[in-house]
Amino acid sequence: MENLIALLVAAPLLGAAVLLCGGRALDRVGHLLGTLLAAGSFVIAVVLFSDMLGKSPEDRTFSQHLFSWIPVEGFQADVAFQLDQLSMTFVLLISGVGTLIHIYSIGYMEHDERRRRFFGYLNLFLAAMLLLVLADNYLLLYVGWEGVGLASYLLIGFWQHKPSAATAAKKAFLVNRVGDMGLSIAIMLMFTTFGTFAFGPVLDSVGDTSEGKLTAIGLMLLLAACGKSAQVPLQSWLGDAMEGPTPVSALIHAATMVTAGVYLIVRSGAIFNAAPDAQLVVTIVGAVTLLFGAIVGCAKDDIKKALAGSTMSQIGYMVLAAGLGPIGYVFAIMHLVTHGFFKAGLFLGAGSVMHGMNDEVDMRKYGALRKYMPVTFVTFGLGYLAIIGFPGLSGFFSKDKIIEAAFAKGGTEGWILGSVALLGAAITAFYMTRVMIMTFFGEKRWQPDAEGHEPHPHESPSSMTIPMIVLAVGSVFAGGFFSIGDRFLNWLEPVTGHDHGHAPISAGVVTGATMVCLVIGVGIAWLQYGRREIPVVAPRGSLLTRAARRDLLQDDFNHVVLVRGGEHLTRSLVYVDHTLVDGVVNGTAASVGGLSGRLRKLQNGYVRSYAVSMFGGAAVIVAATLLMRAV
Amino acid sequence: MNPVNYLYLACLLFTIGATGVLIRRNAIVVFMCIELMLNACNLAFVAFSRMHGNLDGQIFAFFTMVVAAAEVVVGLAIIVSLFRSRHSASVDDASLMKL
Amino acid sequence: MSFPLLTATAVLPAVGAIATAAVPAKQRTAAKWLALLFSLATLVVAAVVAVRFDPTGDRYQLTESHAWIEDFGVRYELGVDGIGVALIALTALLIPFVILAGWHDADPQETGAESLGSFAAGRWRPTQGFFALILLVEAMVIISFEATDVFLFYIFFEAMLIPMYFLIGGFGDRAGPHGEKEAATQRSYAAVKFLLYNLVGGLIMLAAVIGLYVVAGSFSLSEIAEARASGSLDMATNTERLLFLGFFFAFAVKAPLWPLHTWLPNAMGEATAPVAVLITAVVDKVGTFAMLRFCLQLFPEASKWATPVILVLALISIVYGALLAVGQRDIKRLVAYASISHFGFIIMGIFAMTSQGQSGATLYMVNHGISTAALMLVAGFLISRRGSRLIADYGGVQKVAPVLAGTFLIGGLATLSLPGLAPFVSEFLVLVGTFTRYPVVGIIATFGIVLAALYTLVLYQRTMTGPVKPSTEGIADLRVRELAVVVPLIGVLIFLGVYPKPLTELVNPAVKHTMSDVQKKDPKPEVEAAHK
Repeated sequence: MENLIALLVAAPLLGAAVLLCGGRALDRVGHLLGTLLAAGSFVIAVVLFSDMLGKSPEDRTFSQHLFSWIPVEGFQADVAFQLDQLSMTFVLLISGVGTLIHIYSIGYMEHDERRRRFFGYLNLFLAAMLLLVLADNYLLLYVGWEGVGLASYLLIGFWQHKPSAATAAKKAFLVNRVGDMGLSIAIMLMFTTFGTFAFGPVLDSVGDTSEGKLTAIGLMLLLAACGKSAQVPLQSWLGDAMEGPTPVSALIHAATMVTAGVYLIVRSGAIFNAAPDAQLVVTIVGAVTLLFGAIVGCAKDDIKKALAGSTMSQIGYMVLAAGLGPIGYVFAIMHLVTHGFFKAGLFLGAGSVMHGMNDEVDMRKYGALRKYMPVTFVTFGLGYLAIIGFPGLSGFFSKDKIIEAAFAKGGTEGWILGSVALLGAAITAFYMTRVMIMTFFGEKRWQPDAEGHEPHPHESPSSMTIPMIVLAVGSVFAGGFFSIGDRFLNWLEPVTGHDHGHAPISAGVVTGATMVCLVIGVGIAWLQYGRREIPVVAPRGSLLTRAARRDLLQDDFNHVVLVRGGEHLTRSLVYVDHTLVDGVVNGTAASVGGLSGRLRKLQNGYVRSYAVSMFGGAAVIVAATLLMRAV
Repeated sequence: MNPVNYLYLACLLFTIGATGVLIRRNAIVVFMCIELMLNACNLAFVAFSRMHGNLDGQIFAFFTMVVAAAEVVVGLAIIVSLFRSRHSASVDDASLMKL
Repeated sequence: MSFPLLTATAVLPAVGAIATAAVPAKQRTAAKWLALLFSLATLVVAAVVAVRFDPTGDRYQLTESHAWIEDFGVRYELGVDGIGVALIALTALLIPFVILAGWHDADPQETGAESLGSFAAGRWRPTQGFFALILLVEAMVIISFEATDVFLFYIFFEAMLIPMYFLIGGFGDRAGPHGEKEAATQRSYAAVKFLLYNLVGGLIMLAAVIGLYVVAGSFSLSEIAEARASGSLDMATNTERLLFLGFFFAFAVKAPLWPLHTWLPNAMGEATAPVAVLITAVVDKVGTFAMLRFCLQLFPEASKWATPVILVLALISIVYGALLAVGQRDIKRLVAYASISHFGFIIMGIFAMTSQGQSGATLYMVNHGISTAALMLVAGFLISRRGSRLIADYGGVQKVAPVLAGTFLIGGLATLSLPGLAPFVSEFLVLVGTFTRYPVVGIIATFGIVLAALYTLVLYQRTMTGPVKPSTEGIADLRVRELAVVVPLIGVLIFLGVYPKPLTELVNPAVKHTMSDVQKKDPKPEVEAAHK
């Protein structure tokens, strides 16, 4: 049974290889093949899952050793897989949501002539993501980590003929590379400290080294997580990444890849547990991003960018929870899974709306779509209720637990983190209600485009609606299913451990406060957007709104400091290389040339002047000889 | 007679020859001055041979004569062909060996 | 006496060079096929060498030794260790692709032979010359990898400059932006610069070689190393340092290390793409290889003494090369600066003096050769279609030539060391190996991987993506011959990225020997983690 693990990765990898190398001959069946292999991966995952359920919680770790990858003196890197409850959760999420989005893409990308390649890239992504969560050592994880980065690069820039898409793809890869630098330094630190970077040996011997080393490793891992999961200060790429096709935004930039950072932190829990300083930084990053993403999400008029802000904010919740240590690990993953359902659903809904609206993304040009797209409206609505934490739906259970855990951290920290999380819940309710109202309610605001085509909103084909419905069902019931009887907690506890903390206020009070925040958020949004006419052209807005529209000036900062500064640096270095480094050498050559030019003048061609110099020379020699004799 | 006087004569002849090489322009005259210098050397060789009482100097004088004869053959040939091509035997006109 | 296999690997391409040069002027195609045939035969012999080599056996194997100039103790001594085998295999592997990629680079219409008139054109044989010179370079490079006699090595180290000079100066891309005349001027400038830099390096090395003979009384690598190890040859500290510097300078010019690098962008920019590959992927490797073999083995103490300075220079090379690559407007010069950055990694790995660093550096030499070849040859195909090396002249190529763009991207991804492709393995090993001994150096070098992503992706974005420019509209996709060049290279990149074990097994014992030469041990990890 354990030998099936490699197949999980191999199936989509095969798909990617066949689809990308196959050529035009596969154009007609490529999308079906890609979907089939993704589904195959999901089926294997389910088989493994049922097998795992049949074993006692202690024996649920499967492993498979494929081959020794880089055997060098004192250095051992293997291609080996480890499948425990944590990986299993991810594998099911990735292959499940992945398959749904493959199905959705069949309809969404129907008119794209490069659909086969799109499915090749999607399969490549699945393979890399599965490798990431299945690896049994950090170096193999790094392979998956960069692999998903590559797939994300290719998919964001899928419409390469648009310069904006190509730029966004490059930006995503570069920002991620900064994070990857952190991961590679972390691996190097582990190697010098422990002599290995396999999960088991490293995490087991955490107690044998100093806290300072562990803090350094933890912070480097956090840097990596910030890059991949779009956390402050490496969050700037996620908004631009919305240039990619919408199914990509749903799968990679909402449900799976961006949560890899959370996986990394939870997986390395033992390191963080032993390094409280690193943990503190993790919670701070989570809390800041939580607010940052939420504020940005409030100001965006582009539906996908508003959702991207929301993704950032929700991952902020997960990172915050992961930073709380054993109190929060389980809830971070639980929120990650429920978020995977409802955010993927929301993005697919957004994609469905765009599909019907000639790819218009500006919410100010939507309105009243609930009449035209009933299925989209209902599924999007359920996702909306789930994300704001409407009682009984998925988000309610998972987010509530995180807020409780934040308070349970104890001390001043606990109060601050808990309040931030509560505030975040209110803002989440606000911006999601705004999106909902601007898109589906009110009067229709769309206009003919430049060529005079009036959009004709229509419901999407069933290949698109079925995945949306499935995800909506998940958004509604997953949270409850996980929470009742602490199913999810019991499932993950053997891997991540769990600690109840000591909550200063009871769970009931927290839930009550959350509900109050929710009502306030929804209420304000309704007052502002539901009761008033929404202008088609965005008003100027307050200073904060304008800053939030520009991602709180992060890009401007990057542009001035990094892009401009970098340009100046490289230009001046090119100059230095040409004039200084090369100049020294060319200068030497020129001075030798000049000297010989002078010496050449002595050769005037007159025999007599040569004769004079000969006589002169002879006279000097004779004189010198005589002088020597005399002395 | 004091053999040193021969050396003085050799010095005088050599100086005359050298001066001639330096100040005259006509290639033939320059050439004759070179011969004069060679013969001054010959005289010096023979004088030294006499003074030191061995025959080395005289042998060298014969070598010099052979060299001088060879030089005359080559040198005159060059001067003649130079004169033919340039209609002048002035050494200053033949200053082409430069860049 | 067994068959002289090592001599055969070098003689075969040399014979090929003579045969190719002798082909009559009109039979250009025959000359090409002949050259390709000889390069493939060399590949076969090199493969036999690799198979016959036993990684667990003696340090130097397949040795040959004959008296040559007895008065000076110069012998014709050949032998290979794992590192040598790996690099011979790389050279033999790349040359057929270089020949295939340069199939039309030396056709007379490309070199302006019509202007010579019909008489001269009848005797003008640029095609034969081009391929003969390539094979000649191959022969000399291979014998430098095999020589275990310092003098023998020196001769071929220097002699390979001559064919390289003619390859750079004699064959260029079709007329550049400023016309044929300007291009010819630039080309001869580049060729002379290449020659002068390397001659100066070689001259200083010659002094050191003679000095070594005076001190040690022998040119034989094994004899000197043995005498040093047994203590019978005791060099004064200063003598050892001076000799080391003499050798190192020549290798650092060839490698090239900052600030001796400026000849490389000129040479790679002006030469045709296959020749540029020959420079950076094959000839320059002799420099880094010689650092491992001669500097560390002959002068272990001086090597350790110079390590801090060399590491700093390597670090500067890494960052500086990458930053300059970002600032380039010319595709080939960009690749050249990227190579300078990569050579920084190789030299850093060698002088970190850890097993991981040195194994990584050796793998890096092989992987960098293949990845640069892939990137540069595809770039060459692109340039040959449009006749311009400027990045700004391209745009949207992926729309009109998707396969070309795809292979270019894979070459670029290999250059930025994406996991799954071969260069990642070596770059990570070098970084880890350096980090264990010099953490700060390792961390700064890690910035190189971000910069590598920057220059590669900017290059890809500007040339391949965006709307199709009018100037790129007519660009055709890769032809069969070009695919035959690129696909195997990419295949090797992927194979060595996923399964580098054959290569590491070859290299590991050699690295162990070098480590014992310099009497260094790997730093022990802080915690001996309980292995499962």
